[in-house]
Amino acid sequence: MSIKVSMTVNGKPVSAQVEERTLLVTLIREELRLTGTHVGCDTAQCGACTVHMNGKAVKSCSMVAMQAEGANIVTIEGIAAADGTLHPMQAAFKENHGLQCGFCTPGMVMNAIDLAKGNPNLTETEIREGLEGNLCRCTGYHNIVKSIAAGAKAMAK
Amino acid sequence: MNAPLIGARIERKEDYRFLTGAGQYTDDVTLPGQTHAVFVRSPHAHATLKSIDKSKALKAPGVLAVFTGEDLKVGGLPCGWLITDVNGQPMKEPVHPSLAQGKVRHVGDQVAVVIAETLDQAQDAAGLVEVDYGVLPSVTSTDKARAKGAPQLHEIAPDNTCYVWAIGDKAACDAAFSKAAHVTKLDLVNNRLIPNAIEPRAANGMYSRADDSYTLYVASQNPHVERLLMTAFVLGLPEHKVRVVAPDVGGGFGSKIYLYAEDVVVTWASKQINRPVKWTCERSESFVSDAHGRDHVTTVELAMDKDGKFLGMRVKTTANVGAYLSTFASCVPTILYATLLAGQYTTPVIHCEVTAVFTNTVPVDAYRGAGRPEATYVVERVVEQAAREMKLDPAEIRRRNFIKTFPYQTPVALMYDTGDYEATLSAAIKMADVAGFPARRKASEAKGKLRGLGYAAYIEACGIAPSNIAGALGARAGLFEAGEVRMHPTGSCTVFTGSHSHGQGHETTFAQVVADRLGLPIESVDIVHGDTSKILFGMGTYGSRSIAVGGTAIYKALDKIIAKGKKIAAHLMEAAETDIEYDRGVFKVAGTDKQKTIGEVSFAAYVPHNYPLDKLEPGLNENAFYDPTNFTFPAGSYVCEVEIDPDTGVTKIEKFTAVDDFGNIINPMIVEGQVHGGLTQGIGQALLEGCKYDPESGQLITGSYMDYTMPRADDVPNYQVDTRVTACTHNPLGVKGCGEAGAIGAPAALMNAITDALQVYGINDLPMPASPQTVWKTIQNAKQKKAA
Ligand code: FES
Ligand code: FES
Repeated sequence: MSIKVSMTVNGKPVSAQVEERTLLVTLIREELRLTGTHVGCDTAQCGACTVHMNGKAVKSCSMVAMQAEGANIVTIEGIAAADGTLHPMQAAFKENHGLQCGFCTPGMVMNAIDLAKGNPNLTETEIREGLEGNLCRCTGYHNIVKSIAAGAKAMAK
Repeated sequence: MNAPLIGARIERKEDYRFLTGAGQYTDDVTLPGQTHAVFVRSPHAHATLKSIDKSKALKAPGVLAVFTGEDLKVGGLPCGWLITDVNGQPMKEPVHPSLAQGKVRHVGDQVAVVIAETLDQAQDAAGLVEVDYGVLPSVTSTDKARAKGAPQLHEIAPDNTCYVWAIGDKAACDAAFSKAAHVTKLDLVNNRLIPNAIEPRAANGMYSRADDSYTLYVASQNPHVERLLMTAFVLGLPEHKVRVVAPDVGGGFGSKIYLYAEDVVVTWASKQINRPVKWTCERSESFVSDAHGRDHVTTVELAMDKDGKFLGMRVKTTANVGAYLSTFASCVPTILYATLLAGQYTTPVIHCEVTAVFTNTVPVDAYRGAGRPEATYVVERVVEQAAREMKLDPAEIRRRNFIKTFPYQTPVALMYDTGDYEATLSAAIKMADVAGFPARRKASEAKGKLRGLGYAAYIEACGIAPSNIAGALGARAGLFEAGEVRMHPTGSCTVFTGSHSHGQGHETTFAQVVADRLGLPIESVDIVHGDTSKILFGMGTYGSRSIAVGGTAIYKALDKIIAKGKKIAAHLMEAAETDIEYDRGVFKVAGTDKQKTIGEVSFAAYVPHNYPLDKLEPGLNENAFYDPTNFTFPAGSYVCEVEIDPDTGVTKIEKFTAVDDFGNIINPMIVEGQVHGGLTQGIGQALLEGCKYDPESGQLITGSYMDYTMPRADDVPNYQVDTRVTACTHNPLGVKGCGEAGAIGAPAALMNAITDALQVYGINDLPMPASPQTVWKTIQNAKQKKAA
């Protein structure tokens, strides 16, 4: 059965007709064509689909679109400033070579921003544990950890 | 003039789009009239197809077509390398159909495709395709494939044998063993891995009636090769009517080199329904359809004199190729494996015999390292074990046997051009603070823990070449690369490369090479890759070949740009061409202060008002094909230190040090990133990852991220990496390649460290992955044995 959902995505009100079973990530990618949010698995374990819902990082593949009714959703496309200037966390990934193929990157950045909020001095262990839900096959995590530590500091400035 | 760009840590040009969600991966491409495909796959390891009833599926809402092997009568998926058996016979090449013909041979084998208006509709209808299977007994394990009475996969391959192949002088090797003071022997298993690029494979085929042409968007590492194989061998289409685009690709590690059935099916089907057809692999589907890696069972023997000098090595390997031969499956356990068995050592005679077997498993092909991790694992495990048996320090036994003079001809075909193995080993030992290890071991023991240290000194062969020799060895394709440099009238530059970047950062590294030589700011150089309609040709990216082969092709095109530029500059400055000197973007008349920049020369080439039109064509656009004269030979030394809790079996990597020689380095930041990623995959193999099939049912037991353990951030340490440089002698950049090193060296270093820690129990081997359960069990068994 098709139903109507409404929410705010990257600051703009949106509504769409979806199926009850339509996942939030499908709404974001297919209906809204915001393809920066990726799908890397079917068991909610890779984190490539991470977005912010009401300020918290969530895996958009593990909830249906209906659950986001009325919510404030931010995707990777909504993170940089309006003039295109990178968010400090995005900039930190660039400076520290925290990405290679870029496929896990949107989810990593979204999760990292949530982790870093109010935690400018994240330790290596905190970061590594905080990345438990995000897989990267390219970087070996070394530079992602470095990026997040630097990004957290930069965010506090 | 700008600062030198070669060797500079330049932030990547491609990062902005990836960081802002603006990357364009295959699944992000949605075409007008888009339809969606879902494959019906075999739930059985081995079965006959008695009947397929698609009537219910065809009636389901939104369904446009259902196709089976009955509909798709085209050529089989080809294998790109012919291996000749020890008896002089060609390897057995069973047909590899894109949709099953009468039989399925592994769980996940594709049986039918359902195409519908929406993905949900296609998924729902796929469940309505009724397939009647006649289930057959199956064999999945490498060492049981040739057992008496084992189920047979292909009529043309008796005993499930694809080939038995050998390299080296057997008689000379046996003679060396007869003189040995000591022989060390190990039985080793190189565990099967599943590549797991985080972007699942995807393909979107589109047919145009207007000009009878096809476009295929596909997550591929080598779009031209994909097009060549698909048009020439499978669909019989004219190559110029097919465009293959590999846009942003989310990691490959080998698994996206091959021509896959799904790519063929969506391309073919787009004409049948005259609509674009998109298929995106689900993760659980990728576990049973992406080519797997490794899966060797090996016995190795190393003969030494009384001082630990290697006299000879004998290796016998059985390699599992899976149910069918994937694109490069045949050359991985032979040409890319046995030729590396000399390692960094002067072992004078080596003999290796490889038996490749078919089993009811997903096809196995090149996965990061491809044959070379398997070779390094054999060599470096047996060398470390030999040191233990000879009571020699493991660094010392390596030093006694290092190759020290170059070029060096190994007994297994390769000719190493350059290297300095002592330099990387001693640097690694220092960086890893091996001197402090005994104290750290004591400290661990005081806590009831075990500490171990292990080495691996690997050699790699990258940029497989030259084409004519490879051809004589069975390659069915060329191994060159193509590049094109296009100067624009206003002095900026677009470069087209046949290499493909799926994380390696070519848009930056290659731009550094070009901008440096042309004296341009890096912003003025863009790299284009991954589209057969834009790039003249390409062999793509695999085997760490991009900078050495693709980079050199670009360099050769730059030679031509500069040569033509000199002619133009000579005309502009009214000087003799022989008097023109070129340095990083500036053409000078020797001995004068007259000069023209590359920008001015470019402008003159496109606005040829003052130009030698009678002698020279306008324009400044050059291309080059480069076929290397030899492989490149990166090498390095890795030192791994672990702490094991004997009560839980948990292994913690305390320190991992890697010192590599990749030749000259263009962008150290990117190179370090490649090493980190490779190391993590190597550590994954040794500690976490292992593909398991149920021996009875042939079902894949590790078919999702719940069961197949991927390395996560808290499984791996911070790495200590460094490089030493001996420049490659046969390419102008002096580069060797760095993409696979980490995955090649890490497993042996880690397993050597673990077995070092377990020496107290007399444990010299345990299977990979050395999971806590495996380590704990191995300890318990050893304790019981001791007690008995
Ligand atoms: S796609 Fe959501 S966790 Fe993998
Ligand atoms: S950068 Fe490729 S998966 Fe993380």
